[in-house]
Amino acid sequence: MAEPLLEVRDLKVHFPTEDGLVKAVDGVSLSLGQGETLGVVGESGSGKSVTFLSVMGLITKKQARIEGEIIFKGQNLLDLPPEEMRNIRGSGMSMVFQDPMTSLHPYYRVGDQVVEAIRAHQPIPKKEAFAQAVSMLKRVGIPRPEERARQFPHEFSGGMRQRAMIAMALSLNPDLLIADEPTTALDVTVQAQILDLIDRLREEFNASVVIITHDLGVVAEHCDNIMVMYAGRVAEFGDRGDIYHGAHHPYTWGLLQSITRVDQPKTERLRPIKGLPPSLIFVPPGCPFHPRCPYRFAPCDVEIPPLLSPDGKHASACHLPLEDKERIFQEEVEIRA
Amino acid sequence: MTAPDTTASPAPPGHRGQTPLIQLVGVKKYFPITRGILIQRKIGQVHAVDGVDLEVYPGETVGLVGETGCGKSTLARCITRLFDITEGQVFFDGQDITKHNRRHMRPLRREMQMIFQDPYASLNPRKTVGTIIGDPFRVHGTVPRNRIKPEVQQLMELVGLNPEHYNRYPHEFSGGQRQRIGVARSLALRPRLIVCDEPVSALDVSIQAQILNLLEDLQEEFNLTYVFIAHDLSVVKHMSDRVAVMYLGRIVEIAPGDTLYENPKHPYTGALLSAVPIPDPVLAAQKRRIVLEGDVPSPIDPPSGCRFHPRCPNAQFPKCKEDDPRLTPHHPGQVAACHFPLEDRAVIEELAK
Repeated sequence: MAEPLLEVRDLKVHFPTEDGLVKAVDGVSLSLGQGETLGVVGESGSGKSVTFLSVMGLITKKQARIEGEIIFKGQNLLDLPPEEMRNIRGSGMSMVFQDPMTSLHPYYRVGDQVVEAIRAHQPIPKKEAFAQAVSMLKRVGIPRPEERARQFPHEFSGGMRQRAMIAMALSLNPDLLIADEPTTALDVTVQAQILDLIDRLREEFNASVVIITHDLGVVAEHCDNIMVMYAGRVAEFGDRGDIYHGAHHPYTWGLLQSITRVDQPKTERLRPIKGLPPSLIFVPPGCPFHPRCPYRFAPCDVEIPPLLSPDGKHASACHLPLEDKERIFQEEVEIRA
Repeated sequence: MTAPDTTASPAPPGHRGQTPLIQLVGVKKYFPITRGILIQRKIGQVHAVDGVDLEVYPGETVGLVGETGCGKSTLARCITRLFDITEGQVFFDGQDITKHNRRHMRPLRREMQMIFQDPYASLNPRKTVGTIIGDPFRVHGTVPRNRIKPEVQQLMELVGLNPEHYNRYPHEFSGGQRQRIGVARSLALRPRLIVCDEPVSALDVSIQAQILNLLEDLQEEFNLTYVFIAHDLSVVKHMSDRVAVMYLGRIVEIAPGDTLYENPKHPYTGALLSAVPIPDPVLAAQKRRIVLEGDVPSPIDPPSGCRFHPRCPNAQFPKCKEDDPRLTPHHPGQVAACHFPLEDRAVIEELAK
């Protein structure tokens, strides 16, 4: 197997605060190959954004205690000086955020903002960079790109702004695109357009993509692998089939049972996960999910379950024996699917 | 004046012969656009809601879906008369409330309440939860002062909040808990109608499911009528008996949830449904996508004829551009406003063979 593009090993990001140490990320490992799409799913505060902000080098050792390794193209990013990290951001990897209105500068024309991103990394004349920006805007499906490049962000609709953000992110042809809740603020029709666009560009640019979301529906259609996070840890990792047709972690089951589905006749009731996600300062001992888990038994509140993979690709961090997991999924979870 | 007999769509089974709790007749709401600082000139208007007929029967949940800017929130505020409407009539339980002023509306406010989207913005950060939930009692004087606290604590328990948190402030609660506070406040006066404007859009999926279940339980317990607004079709379908699809200020289709999903008639409904992500990779791969080009046109100057014609994959000219389609019946309980409605799925599959 080829060397993965990105490999994260036992990453820990802890923020010291007045109230105590916030363990936002507490031992996350993952690997992502060239051209692959990874979906990262979890509730607010599960550490999914912090993990990838750390990968981008946007959380520094000044702000948090960071441990572990982030290997990108054979280099440990955590050892790099800030200047080199700045070069990798943009040309090596780039990020698209949830709210395109707050991530675009309201005073500058959209085209100029793309030009700024290009010229920060390539010493080319403004005119050339502008032409490049226009062609990028065209590639992400913005109609009349020359005219649009001279407009301000407020003249763009939500979907168009997100396209502009993607154009900016891809203008330096990065190997890795991280999209943090790229469609949460958008309507379903626009969401579908943006996700299709990300799919198409991934092929065109042969980039790897990470899509961070709280919605298991979004990633079903667009991701090769899916990582489910809970309380700063990986709860489950597997390909689409593993997760949607044979999930092994009670938290993933809870997520699957919580979604309302448009393609199924109205079921009597949703079966949500009980309770609330834990505070990241006082993470429950043992398995962090045990207070909310209907299947907990003896070791769950004492022993942290390791992320184990019986078949080498589908991994889950849960003490339940494999046969039980398969039985419970078939009997209780898959009925709805 | 009493409500007219002619209704937009036949009453759903189980509600025939009943008086609708809410009836809208040709409701329009335009917002003026003005220019100038001292002398304001009107230079145009936003056609936010542009001729809506809708009935909501007692005990029913009617869902409203549509993209941003289609007028669903404006319509909600017309129903509860938070806005004065430009044209048309609103009936509540057979009574014309179109021209009611604040004083006349006040007794009716007890019977209709709203739950808002953002549980961060809709709760006063300086008031304790007890005060927030108890305010309706103080405003309407339905409960003597010394009885307010026990009443509020009972409400808190009802919506799954710890009554001991009576003196806490909104910032001490999570998003889901705050939405429960909003629900408790809306229930305080034992209303008959609750208009829920995107009540779960800001919440995580697992918390979203908790709130949806809570709303369903409360509906059963208090025989509530809901108007449920969301941009997420799967949430609306889950909650609603009937779903109304809005586009640019108009209702383009009304149907029971399952009928709507099985056999959408309006091409816009079809496109909207096909864009909803399905959390099952196998089923997702099978589904046919209708991709809409472009953005929703401006409601300042909506397109002529059928408002959907510039984006419609089935539009035929000049008919669709000139002739404004009316809501016409299709399957039982289903009406759609389209000259060239979509075929039933069964027919399409038959033809495909």
